Amino acid sequence: MTERTTITEDSVPGLPVGVKLRFDKQRDQWVILAPERLFVLDSIALEIVKRCDGKASVGEIVNDLAGTFEAPRDVILKDVGALLQDLADKRILAA
Amino acid sequence: MTELNFPLAILAELTHRCPLQCPYCSNPLALEASSAELSTGQWKAVIKEAAELGVLQIHFSGGEPTARRDLEDLVAASAAEGLYTNLITAGVLLSKERLAALAEAGLDHLQLSFQDSEAAGCDRIGNYKGGFEKKLDCARWVKEIGLPLTLNMVVHRQNLEHLEEMLALAEKLEAQRVEIAHVQYYGWAYLNRASLMPTRAQLERATEIVEAARARLKGVMVIDYVVPDYYARRPKSCMGGWGRQFLNISPAGKVLPCHAAESITSLTFDRVTDRSLRDIWENSEAFKAYRGTDWMPEPCRSCERKEIDWGGCRCQAFALTGEAGNVDPACGKSPVHEAMQALATAESAKDETAFHYRTRKAGEAAAEKVPEPLA
Repeated sequence: MTERTTITEDSVPGLPVGVKLRFDKQRDQWVILAPERLFVLDSIALEIVKRCDGKASVGEIVNDLAGTFEAPRDVILKDVGALLQDLADKRILAA
Repeated sequence: MTELNFPLAILAELTHRCPLQCPYCSNPLALEASSAELSTGQWKAVIKEAAELGVLQIHFSGGEPTARRDLEDLVAASAAEGLYTNLITAGVLLSKERLAALAEAGLDHLQLSFQDSEAAGCDRIGNYKGGFEKKLDCARWVKEIGLPLTLNMVVHRQNLEHLEEMLALAEKLEAQRVEIAHVQYYGWAYLNRASLMPTRAQLERATEIVEAARARLKGVMVIDYVVPDYYARRPKSCMGGWGRQFLNISPAGKVLPCHAAESITSLTFDRVTDRSLRDIWENSEAFKAYRGTDWMPEPCRSCERKEIDWGGCRCQAFALTGEAGNVDPACGKSPVHEAMQALATAESAKDETAFHYRTRKAGEAAAEKVPEPLA
């Protein structure tokens, strides 16, 4: 039986089969395509989702973002954790 | 001003042939013959045009889309255009080998229908003996191959008592997602309305069951729930607005704003074989007829929800009032809203269980059996 995924710093997030990140050139935006679903990503969400490659842990993604955007790590961790948990609950992220 | 968007999704009804005969089928009563179906090459041209028009998702449907032997080709052509590909199937014609070939061709997701939670009801509603067992096989193979699975379950008076078992079945088959959709009453379902309409008590119980299951299965299985218009107070945002996000192509290439649009007999629909998809989307009379808000009558025109629900459903307005431009009777502001609810209550209390099954012959004979509009 499937169980709910809980996102922690050690989770290694990635897009599961059936979920695709792509650029929508007609509307000039990034979208996640999933079963009967379409999510438009804002620039922050895109930076996070782009890094969910099935290799990097949440902790590593947060370190990378904190360095790239020169922002406090704890703030980024909270935002990233919330976004990824929400995506996992929608079954469009695996970890 | 009417804003013109690019369509997001296309429903490709590859054929009206289907081994099942569900009495709420979304196809029109007048089913198209296999001899009229678009060729592989014509469908491939449509797929290319759709991608160029901004479509991101293609849903292969029917009838039963797997009755077309070129489905793999069409999936591959769509994947090559970068489209997200979804197969909507009854599952009874599929083998594990064919599923693997479809996955190999680039299929992203599969939606499998179940008509009930157990064989007797499932096979009776679809009028297809042995269907339930075949569907279980299909679901198992889908998981073995590693494709994401949604179960589609259409609910009505004659199967709602099994709703908890249907959700349990979806859980057991490890579906990522399940759609619990109350019947919407157009075409075949409109013809069979007296045998399908749930009671208000059934509806309320169903909503409770779905809410409890959503809480219990959070993060495990996504549950989409479509409520029946006849008991609603506000109309649904049908197709996200007429000609705004969605287009449907019939087996013979007619381009429709929704799968039920042909029930509006006052409209005529262009074909992909006669005009480009872009030209039809942008300029055809049928798409322009109810796009945006300019067509709206009062009280829609001054309603604060007009760009939320886009006036609800034109097919329903036509079926129940005889005029597609009228207020959707699902809206509490419609003059026939109360009559519609009274009709639902009265029909739900009937002990009618027989179906007009979906066959070409029954469709031809249906004209005089279709219920009259309310007003």
